[in-house]
Amino acid sequence: MARNDVLVDADWVEAHLDDPKVVLVEVDEDTAAYDKNHIKNAVRLDWKRDLQDQVRRDFVNKEQFEALLSAKGIGNDDTVVLYGGNNNWFASYAYWYFKIYGHDNVKLMDGGRKKWELDSRELVADQPNRPATTYKAKDANNDIRAYRDEVVEAIGVKNLIDVRSPDEFSGKLLAPAHLPQEQSQRAGHVTSAVNIPWSKAANEDGTFRSDDELTELYKGEGVDFDKDTIAYCRIGERSAHTWFVFHELLDQANVKNYDGSWTEYGSLVGVPIEKDV
Amino acid sequence: MCGAPDQATISREGIPTGETVVQGLVYNGDAPVAGGYVRLLDGTDEFTAEVITSATGQFRFFARPGSWTVRVIPGGGHSGGEAKVDVAAGEISEVRIAV
Repeated sequence: MARNDVLVDADWVEAHLDDPKVVLVEVDEDTAAYDKNHIKNAVRLDWKRDLQDQVRRDFVNKEQFEALLSAKGIGNDDTVVLYGGNNNWFASYAYWYFKIYGHDNVKLMDGGRKKWELDSRELVADQPNRPATTYKAKDANNDIRAYRDEVVEAIGVKNLIDVRSPDEFSGKLLAPAHLPQEQSQRAGHVTSAVNIPWSKAANEDGTFRSDDELTELYKGEGVDFDKDTIAYCRIGERSAHTWFVFHELLDQANVKNYDGSWTEYGSLVGVPIEKDV
Repeated sequence: MCGAPDQATISREGIPTGETVVQGLVYNGDAPVAGGYVRLLDGTDEFTAEVITSATGQFRFFARPGSWTVRVIPGGGHSGGEAKVDVAAGEISEVRIAV
C-alpha cells in the first residue's frame, strides 16, 4: 500500500461529494456531532451501537457487519472514505474493521473532521438517503487483531507500543483527559511496552506526518521494524490510528491492534504491569 | 471591553466529586468561540487531550495535579492562543483564552 491508496485529502473529498460510488462515512466518539452537521452526503457509523456487539464485549460479527453496511447503502464495489472527530481515532478504528471484514477499497480522509472544520469547509444537516444494498463481508481476518494472551506472550519479544498519553502510560491518569478518571482497572502499562503517543504521528491539524517523519519517529523511539508489533491504548481506537500508520502508511507486515487494550489488560488477574508513579 | 466573556460563569455542572479539572472559556472580542479545538499539553508540551468548545465557548479536561498548557488551535476563522494553568488535586482551575 502507498499513502495515496489509503489516504485522501479534503480537496479530493470535495471533488467527490456527489460521486455515487464514493461513500463518505463519519465515525465519531461524540455520536451527536453527525446530527448537528456533517460533510455533504456522508452517512454515520456509531462506533458503540453499530460496531460493537450489544451483549458480549466484542465487535460485530460478519453477519452483523453485512447487515449494517447493507442498511447504510454501502456496496461491495463502493469506495468508502472514513472521517471523524478526535483526529480520526474512531475513523481509524472503523477502517480497521473494514479491513478485518475484507473491504479493500477503504480510505481515510487525512485530518478528519477537524481539518475540514479548521479549513472552514461546508458542513450540512441534511442526511443522505442511500438505497439499501446486499453487502457481503469476507471472513474476519484476525491477522491484524491481537488478543490478550498474545499480548502477554509478546512481553520482551515483540514491539509493544502503548499509544496513550504519557500520563496514562505512567499511571497518573486512567483515561484520556477529556473523560472522567473514575475507572475500575489498575493504572500503568504492559511490561516492556514503549510509550509512543498516537499524537506524535499527527500534525496539529490532525493530518498524518510524512512517511519519512514517521519512520524517523519510531526508529528514534527504539522500534525494531524487523520485529512483529502490537499496538494498544485504552479501548483500541487510538491504537487503530497507530496500526494505520504502521500497517497502511509504513507498509509493515505483522502489525496488530489489541482492541481489548488497557480496559481489558488492566483488569486481568496476574499479568505483568509496570507503573511509574 | 470583553466584558461578557470575562464575567461569564463557567459551568461546573457534571463534574464528579474528587476529579481534578482544568476548564475554561475561549472567546473572541465579546463573543464566545464555539467549535474551537482546545488541546491540553503537559509540562513537556506533550499532547494529553483535545476537546471542542461548546456552544458557549467552554471546555473541560479531567487532568492530574500539576502544570498544564491549554492551547487553542488556529483555524476556523481565528488565530488561536494559549495559556498556562496550574491545578491542585481535586480542585477546579479555570482559564479564559482570547483568540
